[in-house]
Amino acid sequence: MSASNARRPYKRPMGGWWRKNPYFVEYMVHEGTALFVAAYALLLLAGVFALGRGEAAWNSWLALLRSPPSLLLHGVLLLGFLYHTWTWFNIMPRTLPPILIGGERVKATTITRAGLAAALVASVLVFALAARLAS
Amino acid sequence: MKAAPRTIRIEVLRYRPEQDKEPVVQGFDVPFTDDMSVLQGLQYIKDEFDGTLSFRWSCRMAICGSCGMMINGVPKLSCSTFLRDLYPNTVRVEALAHFPIERDLVIVLDDFITKLHKIKPYIIPKEPRALSQGEYLQTPEQMAQYEQFSACINCMLCYAACPQYGLNSSFIGPAAMALVHRYNLDNRDGGRAERDPYVHSEEGVFNCTAVGYCSEVCPKDVDPANAVNINKTESAKDYFLRFLKPKGAQA
Repeated sequence: MSASNARRPYKRPMGGWWRKNPYFVEYMVHEGTALFVAAYALLLLAGVFALGRGEAAWNSWLALLRSPPSLLLHGVLLLGFLYHTWTWFNIMPRTLPPILIGGERVKATTITRAGLAAALVASVLVFALAARLAS
Repeated sequence: MKAAPRTIRIEVLRYRPEQDKEPVVQGFDVPFTDDMSVLQGLQYIKDEFDGTLSFRWSCRMAICGSCGMMINGVPKLSCSTFLRDLYPNTVRVEALAHFPIERDLVIVLDDFITKLHKIKPYIIPKEPRALSQGEYLQTPEQMAQYEQFSACINCMLCYAACPQYGLNSSFIGPAAMALVHRYNLDNRDGGRAERDPYVHSEEGVFNCTAVGYCSEVCPKDVDPANAVNINKTESAKDYFLRFLKPKGAQA
């Protein structure tokens, strides 16, 4: 750009962009819940390692799970999971190609509800299986 | 009897490169009637208070895509946003986010125009066709495939809504992808292979993290986020399936 050019486009900084709009704050929160999912995956992975190290290690891992701080952590992680699930299926219609049933395009709300219902059914099945194995 | 006009405070982010080092806010008390848009508020300021205020506009009816700006932090067409809905609060008007400001509310849109050129947003025939073969015929079902994505008016609100574009302007972005999708879905078009390299490139669809705000702010319900995300699947298929193709085979 020559010195005689009066053009001087101003580029605004992006610092703190996600705090400037409630939509972005929610986006960061729901993306953040992925860390809850990762944390629980690590918790389960620790269980697998404990199992590999023998009965004593396994039992102490189980005892650790039953401790009050662990129960509190599970409660917090569960809330994170629920919000994660809710927001995941909310964005799902935006990621799918059109689904046609009887020549009509399936509505976004229907796709979200179907996803949430599938998650609920899967959760109930896992819970029933766990309850059966525990009894 | 006609009600007396009310007065609303409009704060405009001004930037006059010859005198301002960086943008500054300037407030105006604008009398308005119920039928006045934010654009008309700005026109009142230009006519009555300060003739140097710069902004783009043309049609005044939400079809030309010229008057997009940030209104209270949200990308909107100023011609279809009404002062009566914002009163009695102060209205804050700023140039579209994520684009460099040329002057006041005017942005530098060269980047978007370059992208539009790059995606070849026109029908590229599958094979040469003589005039004597007549026009293309298309059924309503074939048209329904792409119609939603053809409603884009190039207003760039979706780019102002996309933090990924703000953080990395090399990203192809929502509207360009909506138009890629629109032409790729058209049964008269055979240009997908020419558009694919850009879509699958570093600047392509995978810069999108599914924020989804682009589709929220779209004044024409184009749903550009859908176009981007459907093409992520296509891009992933292109990446992995090439390993299954015999060597030397054409994509």
